Amino acid sequence: MSEPADKPFAVGRGSSRARSWRVFQAELAESFFMAFGALVAHKLRSALTLLGVLVGVFSIIVVMTAMRAMQHQIESDLSSLSSQTFMVQKWPAVHFGGPGGEEKYRRRKDLTLPQGLAVMRKATLAQAVGVEAQFPGGEMISQYGKAPPNMTLQGETPGSFAAQNWVLQDGRILQDVEVEGAHDVCVLAAGLRKELFPFGSPVGEKVKFNGITFTVVGVLEPKGAMEGGNQDNFAIIPITTALNRYGNLQQNITIAVLAPSRDQYEETVDQVRGILRTLRKVEPGADDDFEIFSGESILSQINAFTWAVRIGITAISSIALLAAGIGIMNIMLVSVTERTREIGIRRAIGAKKRNIMAQFIMEAVMLCELGGLLGVVVGIIAGNLAAHAMHLSAVIPFDWVFLGLFICSLVGVVFGTYPAYKAANLDPIESLRYE
Amino acid sequence: MYLIREISEGLGIAWDAIRANKLRSFLTTLGIVIGIVTVTLMATAINGLNGAFHKSVSVIGADMLFVSRTSWFVNSQAEWLKSMRRREITLAQARQLQRELTLAQAVAPMVGINQTVTYQNHSSSSVQIVGSTEEFINTSGAGIAEGRFISAGEAEGGRPVCVIGMDVATNLFAFESPLGKRIKVGPRVLEVIGVLGRQGSFLGLASLDNQVVIPVQQFMIGYLRNPDFMIKIKAIAPDQLEEAKEELRGAMRKIRHLAPGDPDDFAINQQDMFVTMFNSVAGTIAAVGLLITGLSLFVGGIGIMNIMFVSVAERTREIGVRKAIGAKRRTILLQFLIEAATICLLGGLVGLGITWVLTLGLKRVMPVNMSLGVMGLALLVSLLTGVISGFLPAWRAARMNPVEALRNE
Amino acid sequence: MSLIRLQNIRRQYTMGAETIHALRDVSLEIERGEYVAIMGPSGSGKSTLMNLLGCLDTPSAGVYELNGQNVSEMDDNQLAEIRNREIGFVFQTFNLLPRSNALRNVELPLIYSGVDADERKQMALDALTSVGLGDRIHHKPNEMSGGQRQRVAIARALVNRPSIILADEPTGNLDSRTGEEIMALLKALSQKGNTIFVVTHEEEVARHARRIIRIRDGLIASDEPTPPGS
Repeated sequence: MSEPADKPFAVGRGSSRARSWRVFQAELAESFFMAFGALVAHKLRSALTLLGVLVGVFSIIVVMTAMRAMQHQIESDLSSLSSQTFMVQKWPAVHFGGPGGEEKYRRRKDLTLPQGLAVMRKATLAQAVGVEAQFPGGEMISQYGKAPPNMTLQGETPGSFAAQNWVLQDGRILQDVEVEGAHDVCVLAAGLRKELFPFGSPVGEKVKFNGITFTVVGVLEPKGAMEGGNQDNFAIIPITTALNRYGNLQQNITIAVLAPSRDQYEETVDQVRGILRTLRKVEPGADDDFEIFSGESILSQINAFTWAVRIGITAISSIALLAAGIGIMNIMLVSVTERTREIGIRRAIGAKKRNIMAQFIMEAVMLCELGGLLGVVVGIIAGNLAAHAMHLSAVIPFDWVFLGLFICSLVGVVFGTYPAYKAANLDPIESLRYE
Repeated sequence: MYLIREISEGLGIAWDAIRANKLRSFLTTLGIVIGIVTVTLMATAINGLNGAFHKSVSVIGADMLFVSRTSWFVNSQAEWLKSMRRREITLAQARQLQRELTLAQAVAPMVGINQTVTYQNHSSSSVQIVGSTEEFINTSGAGIAEGRFISAGEAEGGRPVCVIGMDVATNLFAFESPLGKRIKVGPRVLEVIGVLGRQGSFLGLASLDNQVVIPVQQFMIGYLRNPDFMIKIKAIAPDQLEEAKEELRGAMRKIRHLAPGDPDDFAINQQDMFVTMFNSVAGTIAAVGLLITGLSLFVGGIGIMNIMFVSVAERTREIGVRKAIGAKRRTILLQFLIEAATICLLGGLVGLGITWVLTLGLKRVMPVNMSLGVMGLALLVSLLTGVISGFLPAWRAARMNPVEALRNE
Repeated sequence: MSLIRLQNIRRQYTMGAETIHALRDVSLEIERGEYVAIMGPSGSGKSTLMNLLGCLDTPSAGVYELNGQNVSEMDDNQLAEIRNREIGFVFQTFNLLPRSNALRNVELPLIYSGVDADERKQMALDALTSVGLGDRIHHKPNEMSGGQRQRVAIARALVNRPSIILADEPTGNLDSRTGEEIMALLKALSQKGNTIFVVTHEEEVARHARRIIRIRDGLIASDEPTPPGS
């Protein structure tokens, strides 16, 4: 038997600050342990409550994962434009408007090759200038295979390679002399190489496009890890060749400009704008009769357009979490009633109101977090399955994962507070007597 | 008879149980209310959008065909590039078409441009100026509200006259009749000879009342010399649209001198294309929307199941007593099922009420349509939610051993 | 100085329109190391007196000094701390946490007073050993007999070295033989210098104490040493 009366009273009662920290830690650990015990004790009930939160978080995460995958697709489609590249063309890149608005752009004068070449000469600030004309696909064959019919043919200049961020895998890019002489040479994008030359290097080989033979001088690196997209299904030939054979020299073209750095981007844009306004005789004060845009500006336009949609979907998905929160509150109230006596014992032994509060809030938060974690996992899996069905690459929206888990804790705290408050304010005498 | 007595008895017990635990019943019902409100609201919104779309698209007319260089819906950049390289559709082609078609009631070439319209110190910017012929009025759903339409002679001769839409009329002429007034349409001055009846807008994008129709020759003199035309054709009867389309296609190919085997270098558009496009988009939206909102209802259902399990556990003794005095399994099962279903139905009713109020508010910003069908379905769904989520707990209660249940503390 | 000093304590409750005077005017002094039995029929106010002594309740009027501290005007948190440090409860129905084992049950008061985990475990182990349960520390309440459960409860009451131990009908749920064992344990604790209160309505139990206070109608009816030899 110990000798309690002989021992000093000061055991475990050190300096007050150290003590209160220790108390806090011990209380936290105790709350955690008890909350966990309570969850395990009522497995079915905990599982069902958890399922509610799971579904709530799932609905947010699955939507966000799918939307993020789509956004990544758009971004990677636009990623061919580096952040220092901008495009100039007659038509706007994205146009949301009534049928009448189109006429405004249709009536503009075409942007022509001579204008493009003039920009190339005069834009001293630009690091590279490319001129491009796109043509609908036709039949491209090699001795080994046939290109898919959705391919496009692009007339380009050597500057396009730098401006469009095209990286060579093999061979070389187009040369000025080939553009000047309108040579029948081409550079294949990676997607075409796979179809036309499955074995070995295509450089030096011949391809036939609509009956005309081109010599392959280079192959591009694949863009991104996308499968099924048609981003890599194009062949590059000198723009002069393209216009001579498939169009005319006054045809509408696109100019791609690479600024030397992020800092000089605006100046470069202004210089090109000035050159074109002069060439196209735009009167001072009048609007540009051409469009200048970059990957970023398109992206921000698309984001602005989809913003409302995303907010709406998030709000609707969060409603399930609200329902789950109400379920938690309900079951916590039951739990408080059932454990009235336990609360009484704890209070008699010296637990303060806040100890009881902490214990029950902790229990609610644990339920939510557990459900939230599972919901995140299931949501990411389902979202990526949806993305896979839409031929998009897999993503994990980490920001939404953390936000989701944070919201879970919030739900736990918000809906756990009332039951916890009720528990903490039970009369200890009454609750000790509770059957 | 016996079953009815059992059900009414069950209802009584359920009502007592619901009243005994007011806060708990309230929260459980709230879960269902939230689910029902979101699902019903979503269904209502989808319903409303559907209705609004079909109403809006009907402006096009189910018996109309539209020939133009490009299709209304272009699927790829390559297709767009291809169609932009096609030959333009000329007024001569339109006239020839008019002569050749037998299944067409009216054939109107149309070309448009945006201009500012001014009368004295009133002006309207970005008004759609349409160059067309006397046939225009027969292809359009609008009648003439005032005055008369452009005659064949005026259209051919390019007379400086115009017929204005209702919005233009109200904007420019607040207190006087527009007839006979001379208005400035872009660079030219034209005399108003008629006002078109009100038509509304197309998909909320372009108002069809904010337009000015002028003789096609006047358009080509004053605005665009060699425009690319769209030709609007009204079939003689809606059920002959397909035949009319075939005839149209053949005539266009002949007019544009296409060799057999060549692909069409024009597109024939019709209202169906919008409907098909819309249905595929709206179907996806509806599926995703109802799935997401359905999750809320699912969570509400889980809440009910959970609380019913608690309720069964708490009332073990009561169940024991009931069984001891002769209640069958079915009676107990029914009792708890009815309790769950009552809570859900109550939630469904409250949810419908809330949705109704919200719908009144939403009506100001978007088209919503709360149909009887949606309401009935919502109640059915809430009842089903109750029965499904109440079944397992009720089953557990029904299968209890009376001896053990009575011994339970 | 007395360990406990009650001065003109009153406690009344309002139930609807009616006011119930549970304690009318109670004054009392208890010295350290006393072993006191509180007796009285049900409704006499003895439960109220016990709740007051145990700092679960505060008086409507009067002063209660415990170990030199005026308890009668403390707030809820301070009372919780006093209960934790100064008072050990032993209940008729044991009131152990059913899902926790003996050791964790005994540790509980130490958790609320912020003792380190290692020290806590050692103290709980000592307390359990002192009531003869050193070999049952990992048993849960439902794996133990009534007597063992009450020993765990006593260990829990002892573990924080409180000023007083309050036992409310400690033998009420036990057979007479086990009851005797528990009373013997309390007596042994008393002999080691602990201050013990036993609330009971059984004369036999009360006779173990050295002083018996009888309550009737909210007043102290008698307060005298236990008759020797009985």
